[in-house]
Amino acid sequence: MSGAGTATAVWGASDLRVSYGHVVALDGVSLTAPAGQVTAVVGGDGAGKSTLLRCLAGAMSPGRGQVRRPAKERTGYLPASSGIYPDLTVAENLDFRAQGYGMSRQLAAQRSAEYLDRAGLAPAAGRLAGQLSGGMRQKLAVIAAMLHQPELIVLDEPTTGVDPVSRSGLWWLIARAAAEGCAIVLATTYLDEAERCTSVLVLDAGIALASGTPAEIVAAMPGSLRSSQQRPDGDAFARSWRRAGRWRTWDPDPGPGAGDGQAIEPDLQDAVTVAALARQLRAGEF
Amino acid sequence: MKELAACARATKRFGRFTAVDEVDLRVGAGEIVGLLGANGAGKTTLIRLLLGLTGVSAGEVTLFGERPSRATRSRIGYVPQGLGLYDDLSPAENLQFTGQIFGHVDGGLPDDVRPYARDLVGSLPLGVQRRVAFAQALSHRPELLMLDEPTSGVDPLGRARLWETIGDAAEAGAGVLVTTHYMEEAQECGRLVIMAAGRVVAQGTAAEIVGSRLVTVVEAESWSAAFGALEAAGLQVALAGRGLRVPGAGPADVRRALGDVPARVAEAPATLEERFFELSQLSAAEPDGAAEPAA
Repeated sequence: MSGAGTATAVWGASDLRVSYGHVVALDGVSLTAPAGQVTAVVGGDGAGKSTLLRCLAGAMSPGRGQVRRPAKERTGYLPASSGIYPDLTVAENLDFRAQGYGMSRQLAAQRSAEYLDRAGLAPAAGRLAGQLSGGMRQKLAVIAAMLHQPELIVLDEPTTGVDPVSRSGLWWLIARAAAEGCAIVLATTYLDEAERCTSVLVLDAGIALASGTPAEIVAAMPGSLRSSQQRPDGDAFARSWRRAGRWRTWDPDPGPGAGDGQAIEPDLQDAVTVAALARQLRAGEF
Repeated sequence: MKELAACARATKRFGRFTAVDEVDLRVGAGEIVGLLGANGAGKTTLIRLLLGLTGVSAGEVTLFGERPSRATRSRIGYVPQGLGLYDDLSPAENLQFTGQIFGHVDGGLPDDVRPYARDLVGSLPLGVQRRVAFAQALSHRPELLMLDEPTSGVDPLGRARLWETIGDAAEAGAGVLVTTHYMEEAQECGRLVIMAAGRVVAQGTAAEIVGSRLVTVVEAESWSAAFGALEAAGLQVALAGRGLRVPGAGPADVRRALGDVPARVAEAPATLEERFFELSQLSAAEPDGAAEPAA
């Protein structure tokens, strides 16, 4: 790994608490982001993902808790609003960033050219950023966030609304930055993306529901799962949900003959669904 | 199965550009069909043809056995990606408004939205707004539902619950056509249609489309060293936890590219997304549009 002396750095946050007025956006949330690894923050709208990422990137201060991050100029941040100037061309956007970070012209030109080429954006270098498709704009925004070889890159939903072909280009950029020794934290609502990351933090209503490697989160799921063609009735109804056209049912404490259906091994999507369901059932929200 | 929407060799040209190229597509009553395609694949133009917002250059499109028109459109429920609600009306007012346009008494709000009935839609959490948009699209009991990325930004449990609503509508006899970029959502569809460069390049269940395709997987002590070696060999590499997936190359090529980087190399079944990517690349590489025949 390159980035001499930084490959062992661990960035992150501990015990963050953030409130907006009476609304608690984050409550006791911690995250570690080791160099050379990709860490996913997962959750739906309002889970607290953007607030956590803004704290990590230094774009806001938490009410309580600590953030460990490199100096601002050694951090790359893609906010949810993409941070690209629509009335500059693709190349001008990157030049502007590079100058802002005080990069040498030669290094900036070399890295811009390589990333644009690999992300399939080279033919669009002269186009106005405002005229790019959503997927192309996101790729440009990610390149802009990583151009100066930061030690920590924070990406807020880089792949939301992006088609699978552009998404593959984005993931190449992310893997490339991690291979260079950078720590990456990204938010996503999709668990097949989280499954590709080294570790995952699942947020729900500002609280950490689960964290660890995808395999650890799956192994920590309490109880067991079964799959059936029909939705079960009785008290199992509230513990069942639709998945791939069939029904999954969670048995928190399975005894012999826990119910109909075929026992199945959970994956990350199941484990996260169960964590959210268990919280709802405890809170009597169903 | 009653046929609700049908395209037969439907083609739409804009000047010399063919956006939709001899597409055959059918949605029957009670069926959930997923339409997948990268940007520029022709999905949006196809949907516009189905809605009757634009006409075909060649071929035929029918809705409920007729040519698409305002009358056929009133039998469709549509949830756009932006949800299509009026932010400065309440959920109840949004539903009343739709009810008046379609000339029916609205069916009322779902239980979990009722507490918000009098708040302005713009002030509500996105999850609640999404349930209102679904209730609105379903309120005139449409025979065909068209959904554009229906669960974007929703957590997995919320997504499952929305899909239960979609499944209920299909079970009650509605046909459903879903466009999505997300494979978790695609897995909920009974049948998938994949478009690339204006054409249908594959259709069937997710399992049928993936078939017996394999990808090469690499587990290395140092994944970054393995990534560097595979990159240098010009292979397409994807990150997968602490390992890597190499979709376009067999184990022997991957071992050769790795050289003396210590790693375990094996094969694993391809994912739907990997197969989708492969199909999209195949048709992009053949500018005359000669893609693989539909399955």
